[in-house]
Amino acid sequence: MSVLPMERVLICGLKKDRKAILELLQHQGVIEIRNTVEEDEVFGRQDKVAASTTFRRNTTLADQALAVLNEHAPEGGGLLAGLDGRRELSAEEYETRVTKRDAAVKAAQEILSLEKEWSETKAEIPRTESQRVALEPWLSYDLPLDFGGTTATCAFTGTVPGQLGLPEAEALLAQYAPDAQDVDINVISSSPEQTCLFVIAGRKHEQQVREALRRMNFAKPPIVSAEPRKAAQELDSRIAELKEQEKQLDGKIREDVKYRDDLRFASDYFSMRADKYDVLSSLAQTRMVFLVGGFVPQENVGQLENMLTSRYDVVFETEEPDPSEEEIPVKLKNNAFSAPLEGVIESYSLPHWGEMDPSMLVAVFYYVLYGMMLSDAAYGLIMVVACAVALKKHPGMEEGLRKSLKMFLYCGIATMFWGFMFGSFFGDAVNVIASTFFGRPDIKLPPIWFEPVGKPMKMLVFCFAVGIVHLFTGLGAKCYMDIKAHAIRDAIYDVVFWYMLVGGCILLLLSTSMMADMFSLTPLPQQVGSASAVIAVAGLIGIILTGGRESRSWVKRILKGLYAAYGISGYLSDILSYSRLLALGLATSVIATVFNKMAGMVASGVGAGVIGWILFILIFVIGHVLNMAINAMGAYVHTNRLTYVEFFGKFYEGGGKKFTPFMDNTKYFKIKEEN
Amino acid sequence: MENMGIFFALLGASCSALMSGIGSALGVGKAGQAASGVVTEDPSKFSKVLILQLLPGTQGIYGLLIAFITLTQIGLMGGGSSDLSLTKGLLYFAACMPMAFVGLISAIAQANASISSIALVAKKPDQFGKAMIFPAMVETYAILALLISILSVFGISSLSI
Repeated sequence: MSVLPMERVLICGLKKDRKAILELLQHQGVIEIRNTVEEDEVFGRQDKVAASTTFRRNTTLADQALAVLNEHAPEGGGLLAGLDGRRELSAEEYETRVTKRDAAVKAAQEILSLEKEWSETKAEIPRTESQRVALEPWLSYDLPLDFGGTTATCAFTGTVPGQLGLPEAEALLAQYAPDAQDVDINVISSSPEQTCLFVIAGRKHEQQVREALRRMNFAKPPIVSAEPRKAAQELDSRIAELKEQEKQLDGKIREDVKYRDDLRFASDYFSMRADKYDVLSSLAQTRMVFLVGGFVPQENVGQLENMLTSRYDVVFETEEPDPSEEEIPVKLKNNAFSAPLEGVIESYSLPHWGEMDPSMLVAVFYYVLYGMMLSDAAYGLIMVVACAVALKKHPGMEEGLRKSLKMFLYCGIATMFWGFMFGSFFGDAVNVIASTFFGRPDIKLPPIWFEPVGKPMKMLVFCFAVGIVHLFTGLGAKCYMDIKAHAIRDAIYDVVFWYMLVGGCILLLLSTSMMADMFSLTPLPQQVGSASAVIAVAGLIGIILTGGRESRSWVKRILKGLYAAYGISGYLSDILSYSRLLALGLATSVIATVFNKMAGMVASGVGAGVIGWILFILIFVIGHVLNMAINAMGAYVHTNRLTYVEFFGKFYEGGGKKFTPFMDNTKYFKIKEEN
Repeated sequence: MENMGIFFALLGASCSALMSGIGSALGVGKAGQAASGVVTEDPSKFSKVLILQLLPGTQGIYGLLIAFITLTQIGLMGGGSSDLSLTKGLLYFAACMPMAFVGLISAIAQANASISSIALVAKKPDQFGKAMIFPAMVETYAILALLISILSVFGISSLSI
């Protein structure tokens, strides 16, 4: 409903209460700290950045350890666990947990070092395995692989590319080293890729044989000083050992799951403390006192003042903030109907200070537009039930999620409404079931108003009408803001003239027989047509004269005015844009009909017995789940678009800075207020 | 030749489903590659990038919609096929063309916008609301084409040629 009024607050307290006061402020979470007091000879600042960095590092450690635990021992709970929100901690629980914080950090370090060891072990296994594989062709060789020969003989062990038999190898060697005699070649193993050779020759031929082998692309074997079989055995046992070690480490990490809760608390605790120390560094303080300045929503000021003055010796000052001097943070407050839309508005942009909160206007149209696009009573019902159950079952849900679910709950109600208006319940399921299984094609769910598939033109006209109301409401909001800012002239120039021009044009079009034929309406009487033409022209002249009023020279003014009047084409495209209501609405119902028809055809194909029912239900469920998911998403996207582009384009500027209070910024626990 | 009417009407319906379907398949596929890239880095962004991936998928649905309405109008689905003059068949064919072509091309263009939006969400997840709007802008033109196709298909049935 409104942007909350803010107060500038200055708290002056004794230094001995500093910690307690900051903790109270953090816990209340109603003040956005903005310290304005400059450093001078009286006030100085304390640098606590080092402390807050240490705390943040602890938080990071705890978070990393938690991630490791999650990887090794994932926590069950499934998809719905996210709905539960943070767990509540009472003040005593908090105190007992605080004592365990250092143990938790130690546990985090231990978990991280275990993880490091584990990943190193894990990486070593494939490395060892590839060494083992490289030994495979040498297993039948019973000398150490680096055997170099005896005093009288030299030995070469290695591989040549390609598959060679003993005669071929001998032939090759003889070809490359024709003078070498007493050469003995052994083929250890051969495969299409390589042949393992053991060549032994007299010392005197060493050079020649080496050269010949080089020309055969002779390569050294894997570097192992033991016999291949033995080395392989060693590697095998090494692999087994590594695997065992990996398992053990994994087990050890799993054992540390018991620290999970403490780690979560440590993560929260240290991030809270780091926040506090960041604030501490920004405080202006003297030897005895300190100053905290910031913004507090007006509604919380009294309570905060009471709390502080009753417990500590503080001076609590408030003043009206001056928007021309500093940016005032924005917080919205809405009732149950429009609050769910705050998220939608925030993801566009919050209103700037002094602008109206559009939540209520957005809410009314948002639900209606969403409902028209999805427009199926059964889908709406499913949304309502699902959201209501989730909201009921998870009372601790986070605020943002709760708002989204509430939004979809209201959207579901609107969807049901339009579904019944347009006679759609799982498309034409009622009729299909009645005619397939009960032989009663006369039973169907009659629309309360009309069926868009049968009368698309009527639906289109209705969509445009909704669009015009939406756009004109936006213009009206602009008018309201202008009047509130005592800019009556702006209201007339920018809004009333446009109402006259656009409204006049629409009436004029409706009075022509061409338009009336197109939309099968009775044309408005001729007098209305002429009257609206006059209004439109008056509006047009007004816009041309005032559209460029910020320019001094009249020529410039008129030219700018003409350009402003060209904005009428924008209105045309804005209104046409609402045809997506028809398109998306038809998409839902027609595709639902397609699936119903498919299910019906299959069911009547096998005879409408039990098997018919089973097949029908199968196709029906799959089809409608798909259709609902896609169209619910489409409706969401396009409702946002109509709101952001068409509606906000008419009046909303945004650009506000969100109110971000100094608070318990936790991920896992919510600390309950004391007393 | 006297049966060519139904042929052209069916050709139109098929083209509408065919070309829009091709466009959406290409679009959703491309966006899916970008989306899975983001999820490898941060699985928690799955639901956001999934929505962005699916945005170019609607053209296929619109194409199916036109094809289905046309099939019902010419009597190929539900009810025996009525006699269709060649002119009427060609009219149906023409009516399906906006959806066929705009569906094909806009899905691909929308996919490019989606991919950029996925990159945006990867860097700034809080800007999801805005990221969603950019691809949705492209879809307007698919919707306008759908509108003309729907209106034409419904309009032709009341003509007596």
